[in-house]
Amino acid sequence: MTEKQEVTSAKTGEVRKAEDRPGPALYPPVDIYEDAEGIHLQADMPGVSKDRLTVQVDRDTLLIEGDAKIDMPEGMNALYADVRSTRYRRSFTLSSELQTDAIEANLKDGVLTVRIPKREEAKPRRIEVRTG
Amino acid sequence: MFESLFSGESRLFDEFRRMEQEMDEMFGRWPWPAGIRSAVRGAYPPINVGATPDSVDIYLFAAGLDPKAVDISVQQNLLTVSGSRQVPAKEGVDYYRQERYSGDFRRVITLPDDVDPDRIDARYRDGVLHITVKRREAAKPRRIEVK
Repeated sequence: MTEKQEVTSAKTGEVRKAEDRPGPALYPPVDIYEDAEGIHLQADMPGVSKDRLTVQVDRDTLLIEGDAKIDMPEGMNALYADVRSTRYRRSFTLSSELQTDAIEANLKDGVLTVRIPKREEAKPRRIEVRTG
Repeated sequence: MFESLFSGESRLFDEFRRMEQEMDEMFGRWPWPAGIRSAVRGAYPPINVGATPDSVDIYLFAAGLDPKAVDISVQQNLLTVSGSRQVPAKEGVDYYRQERYSGDFRRVITLPDDVDPDRIDARYRDGVLHITVKRREAAKPRRIEVK
């Protein structure tokens, strides 16, 4: 009955934006590495500006979502398209030694950088061996 | 606008894709020769091309690019975009995933014959390189007044 709902919303004059439409989301490519401080994640999300990006943690799941906004002249026809969606979405499961309330995110030129620090007690410690 | 360029609304394109897939399954490859400059699907950076009566617009989805490291050139109706996107690997850390493209790239796009190579504009914003190539005046559809 999806079609019927669409007709109703069209009658009320609401224009559904393409980005609101649930469609297949793009899976942004990521680099993930770990060092003594924590985990660093970088994701390519070209076309996404800061206000259209969501980075959220729900219990142990990190969700990255974004909508690309592309300037397009009126009445454009597609000649060729590698990219078939404007929505990015990807999620990761976090482990308990990560400090989920201290996650930092930064977006620059479509590259999202997320830093997830480890809890102080989970950081690797060097144990001094005493002699004598 | 978004529909035509991105989502599955472009019927013609979908039809073509479906045909291409069917052909691929039947013959193992496209039965007629591929464009000599065409790239395999998945080439970096992904591009979308759209056209209006006034211009041809090319979008390159290349996040984290240094605009100075990009070279855009036009010869007749061939647009070449080349450059480099370096993602230097960190030393002394453990990588779990390395999916982002790092290295040189080059993409060649065949433009319609009526483009004006002298009127090209390129902007880089939020990781998308948008190149606009204007079309010649004469090529625009004109309405002829009947007197």
